[in-house]
Amino acid sequence: MRTLLIVLGVIFGIGILLYLLIAGPYNNMVSKEETVSTSWAQVQNVYQRRMDLIPNLVNTVRGAANFEKETLAQVIEARANATKVNISADKLTPENIKAFQASQDGLSSALSRLMVVVEKYPDLKATANFTELQSQLEGTENRINVERNKFNETVKDYNSYIRKFPNNLTAGIFGFEKKAYFEAAAGAEKAPEVKF
Amino acid sequence: MKRILSLFVVCFGFIAVLSAQDFPEQPNPPRLVNDFANVLSPEEEQSLERKLVAFDDTTSTQIAIVTITDLGPYEIADYSYRLFEKWGIGRAEKNNGALILVAIENRKVWITTGYGLEATLTDALSKRIVENSLKPAFKAGAYAAGLEAASNDIMMVVTGEYKAEPKKKRGRGISAGLIVVFIIFVLIMLSRINQIKRNHMGSSLDLFTLLMLLNSGGRGGGGGGGFGDFSSGGGGFGGFGGGSSGGGGAGGSW
Repeated sequence: MRTLLIVLGVIFGIGILLYLLIAGPYNNMVSKEETVSTSWAQVQNVYQRRMDLIPNLVNTVRGAANFEKETLAQVIEARANATKVNISADKLTPENIKAFQASQDGLSSALSRLMVVVEKYPDLKATANFTELQSQLEGTENRINVERNKFNETVKDYNSYIRKFPNNLTAGIFGFEKKAYFEAAAGAEKAPEVKF
Repeated sequence: MKRILSLFVVCFGFIAVLSAQDFPEQPNPPRLVNDFANVLSPEEEQSLERKLVAFDDTTSTQIAIVTITDLGPYEIADYSYRLFEKWGIGRAEKNNGALILVAIENRKVWITTGYGLEATLTDALSKRIVENSLKPAFKAGAYAAGLEAASNDIMMVVTGEYKAEPKKKRGRGISAGLIVVFIIFVLIMLSRINQIKRNHMGSSLDLFTLLMLLNSGGRGGGGGGGFGDFSSGGGGFGGFGGGSSGGGGAGGSW
């Protein structure tokens, strides 16, 4: 009778110990994963913001006398492509992030080509409507940078947490997987040039 | 060995100096107007500071003004955002901060908005403030006038967006804090006296409790003095609240 009680007690103790070992890290993983999801939502927000600005921009530019149609068409097409790629927060695999980034980078380069072409139209550049649109676009590009960096930080925090021992065992049991980062755009890794 | 060590010290010292130079530390006591480039007269600085502190007190919205001489290797938007995050301008739960950064030698100015102000102080509006209020004044070298006008513009735009939390009244004469300290003081005294009565032990222990009693009396008095200082210092800037920015804003060069 006594030995049975002891055995039961030990089993109970081990159970509690296991629970404590697993529950803490598990809950941390859940909240860290949630943080990644929120920052991913923010990333999508700022990209969406850019896409929302484009129709307005296109209309303003189109108003200018004989503006090059081809550049405009490219922007519209790139935007259409970018809207197609939508990734939910639970599918942040490297391939998905890469596809998302590729579609958005296509839009970025179409937009910067447009801005170069605009230089040839001083009348257009001088309008208040255009300068404000331009500042909104600039602000949005800054926001995109900021949110991408914040996203990468949360992913780093989450990834390093689930890969550490003994968290990796818990992560394996419950299927927490590594999430992918944004990669710096080509040329962005170069240090800023200092002019004297 | 010693030489290597000293080399290390020199190297680390150098790195520390470099990174410290990049982003200025918050001044102590904290201020909303920080003229690191020294382009404002003390009076101009004071009047801007007073206005912005009053605005912070009534609306909880923090508008900070920083002038620096040189941006170093940073873009002004990037520098401004990093400084914003480092100092935490605005309240943490509202993110209602704005920063006007002026880089004198680069002849550039930037307005960075916190998340909470993005909807009212849009990039287009920031741009308009920069074009209409800041640039013309700065071109004429009238930094104070430009900053005065721009801060007025921002205040006008964001007024009504946030309200200050109702503050605990800091009464004249006896404040609530003083009363609380006094009550605690009395309670401690009472408990000590009870202990002495209950104990009735040797004289050495009585002496010890007496010492404790004196000690606690001294501490209580110190607390009261601290509170007095606090209420007399009321009216100054209470410090940044840990607000965050998403990098929004606009600017230009003059």
